[in-house]
Amino acid sequence: MVRLTRAIEFSSSLRYFRPELPEAENARLFGPCVRTHGHNYRLEVTLRGEPDPVTGMVLDLKDLKVVLEREVEARFDHRDLVLDTPYFEKQVPTPENFALLLHRLVAAALPKGLLERTRLYQDADTFVDVVDPERS
Amino acid sequence: MILSTRRYRFAAAHVLANPALPDDENRRIYGKCANPNGHGHDYGLEVTVTGTVDPVTGSIVPQELLDSIVRERVLDRLSHRMLNADPLFADRVPTAENIALAVRESLEKPLEDAAGVRLVNVRVVETPRNFFDHGEAP
Repeated sequence: MVRLTRAIEFSSSLRYFRPELPEAENARLFGPCVRTHGHNYRLEVTLRGEPDPVTGMVLDLKDLKVVLEREVEARFDHRDLVLDTPYFEKQVPTPENFALLLHRLVAAALPKGLLERTRLYQDADTFVDVVDPERS
Repeated sequence: MILSTRRYRFAAAHVLANPALPDDENRRIYGKCANPNGHGHDYGLEVTVTGTVDPVTGSIVPQELLDSIVRERVLDRLSHRMLNADPLFADRVPTAENIALAVRESLEKPLEDAAGVRLVNVRVVETPRNFFDHGEAP
């Protein structure tokens, strides 16, 4: 088995806000994150598999690049996660929720069982890993 | 499984020498790291926890809570100190391995009790060229 990791970077704006809660409760729960702000995200996806005996590759990196551009960059880069995407109407875009979403989107676009781990850096000091439960 | 990691920093000094051993033996084992007046590093510290994502806050642990536990239990204690003088290292040499172990021991229970999360791994980055994990590295 070989692991390969490819990274993609993108920038988005966001805020944490639950419309069903009063404003004061949002402020208490989320602090400065209730205000619109932004991050330079870095996503690392790690695939695990056997290299193809002919090509020597687990997956052609060109294909992986296309998947990441379509599933991640096109949806989220230079957009507002809450206002410009349909994914955060019922949940706040914390790195946990965002990483779980990205893991689902990327896994669904790859051959089954290939995606082992998704790591989302929100900034240099904060990151979340989603590890496929079957692999952990 | 979902894991959340935060990275911190602290600057500290240490001497790598086992007081039970003669000076020349310490010098043989630890080389220049046994210099009796010490040396120091800008340590990086990565704390990885796991737990359930709260449906309202969307977080495993509020960031300020995690940061305050790490600050109170570890950073305030070790930052700008001679590590050998800390009781954490009374019975062990403050190698990066033992720093990772001591940090894990210091954080495990407070993280469980105050934040309801499980500490999965502690990574001590001693220099840009070496780091040490205690736990299950993500």
